Amino acid sequence: MAERKTEFRPSGDRSILATYGIEVDPEINEKVRQMTALLADHPHPGILAAVGSYCTLLVHYDPQQMGFAELTGLLLNLEQTLGQAAVPEARTVDIPVCYGGGFGPDIGFVAERNSMSTEEVISRHSSADYRIYAIGFAPGFCYLGGLDPRLHTPRLATPRRKVVAGSVGIAGSQTGVYPLASPGGWQLIGRTPLCLFAPGRQQPLLYGPGDTIHFRPITIEEFQHLHALDNQ
Amino acid sequence: MKNAFRILSPGPCTTVQDLGRFGAYHMGVPVSGVLDDYAGRIANWLVGNSSNCALLEMTMIGAEIEFLTEVDIAITGAAMNPQINGQPCRQWTSIRLQSGDVLHLGAAENGCRTYLAITGGVEVPVVLGSRSTYLGGLLGGLDGRVVVAGDILKRGAGPLLRTPKSLPWYPLYPENICLRAIAGPHNGYFRDHLQHFFKATFEVTADCNRMGVRLAGPTIDRDTTAPESILSEPIVPGNVQMPASGQPIVLMKEQTIGGYTNIATVISSDIWRLGQAKPDDTIRFVQISLEEAHLLYREWAGFLDAAKSFL
Repeated sequence: MAERKTEFRPSGDRSILATYGIEVDPEINEKVRQMTALLADHPHPGILAAVGSYCTLLVHYDPQQMGFAELTGLLLNLEQTLGQAAVPEARTVDIPVCYGGGFGPDIGFVAERNSMSTEEVISRHSSADYRIYAIGFAPGFCYLGGLDPRLHTPRLATPRRKVVAGSVGIAGSQTGVYPLASPGGWQLIGRTPLCLFAPGRQQPLLYGPGDTIHFRPITIEEFQHLHALDNQ
Repeated sequence: MKNAFRILSPGPCTTVQDLGRFGAYHMGVPVSGVLDDYAGRIANWLVGNSSNCALLEMTMIGAEIEFLTEVDIAITGAAMNPQINGQPCRQWTSIRLQSGDVLHLGAAENGCRTYLAITGGVEVPVVLGSRSTYLGGLLGGLDGRVVVAGDILKRGAGPLLRTPKSLPWYPLYPENICLRAIAGPHNGYFRDHLQHFFKATFEVTADCNRMGVRLAGPTIDRDTTAPESILSEPIVPGNVQMPASGQPIVLMKEQTIGGYTNIATVISSDIWRLGQAKPDDTIRFVQISLEEAHLLYREWAGFLDAAKSFL
């Protein structure tokens, strides 16, 4: 990975977006994760929260305690100390998915756009391991990297007002899962029966940033069985 | 904690909110909270509450509520012609109610969100650090949902007022809204067309809710070199998304990450104005610098402090 100068842009008057790269790259994402951990280890009264994504870190700050220049300086200094942050161990998490049909209304478009059959879409999507690059958009919504370039498909020009919970989708070079119903602009190719996010559970989320997800194709019958088990 | 009031008629979208849920963004849980934090804070201060007590946020049409105990209330935000036991009462002032009193709120005459604060705040469980309702996540507030007829809500501990409180002014919620915004963070993709955005007048469509406000107006193009999609990034309330359709969506408080480019971001001091935007209102954005925004931020914080001290 070529070294790239970190860029800082204001996102409104109370947040700064720090950009560490422009592509889906595990090393860049690891940098974002470590910066998030460093900020947690080095609390500052003017820094309110930090949330990362593929290549960017959004830092919320209080403008009465800290200015843009001071915060970017602090972030650059922390970046120099990377490598000393404590990061939790990563896991591999199996997620069963029923592909196509009513669960994946856009799988035909994805197949056609990429000149392949829907069977090949399923095969390619389920044979890879995906790193969780970020969690956001909805509770437990995981942004996954490592999507086969032959499955890349642009997001919808206008987002859907409602996407069903458990939907698995593709947008650009990203793939991910919707844990709860919400609006969204992704191309939908399948659905998982698992309850991915439960705030009352001991472990509200089944996974965290840096874990690996593996999608396992299942039948409609197995979907109904697992869905019933998970919702007891 | 005592039973404080019963919902007789809820209105189309009434939720329990406080100032928001901070620090759970890493789980994909957004800030939620009152969309008009100016009116929300004033309502709490009028009954002697701290800023972050939970209250009811009502949208477009208000609720009908029977009170079950002696309590102070205050109603702020959009004018909803409140009546107590059939008699008109005022907003922006504390009111002492007795058990059995019935409060009725009608349709908003200006703006769209009205706040009801009670002594001690609305008592619901704290979830991930806040009492705010995250409807999309089905969590917080009253079981993660809107309030319905028959719901009985409790109030937290807190003394009744010694003397009534009243605000001698109140904010206006005009139909033509002007929002100050900083360009970006993705204004780099709109170099040729940024000024079209800041010159345009947009209409608020019927598609506006706690997640965002969809606008209709002149199509805003992106630079020919701009990509179709960007990698998803964390977002903030006030980010103005510009999807390929060229029609902007201003994000509110129910989302943490988005994948559409953000052409500009409304300053935090003006978010409350967005919280009062309703269908058919017009919105135009005025570009200011970050430095100007920070000056306004300090001024606004000072103004709110002065209002709190006054009350």
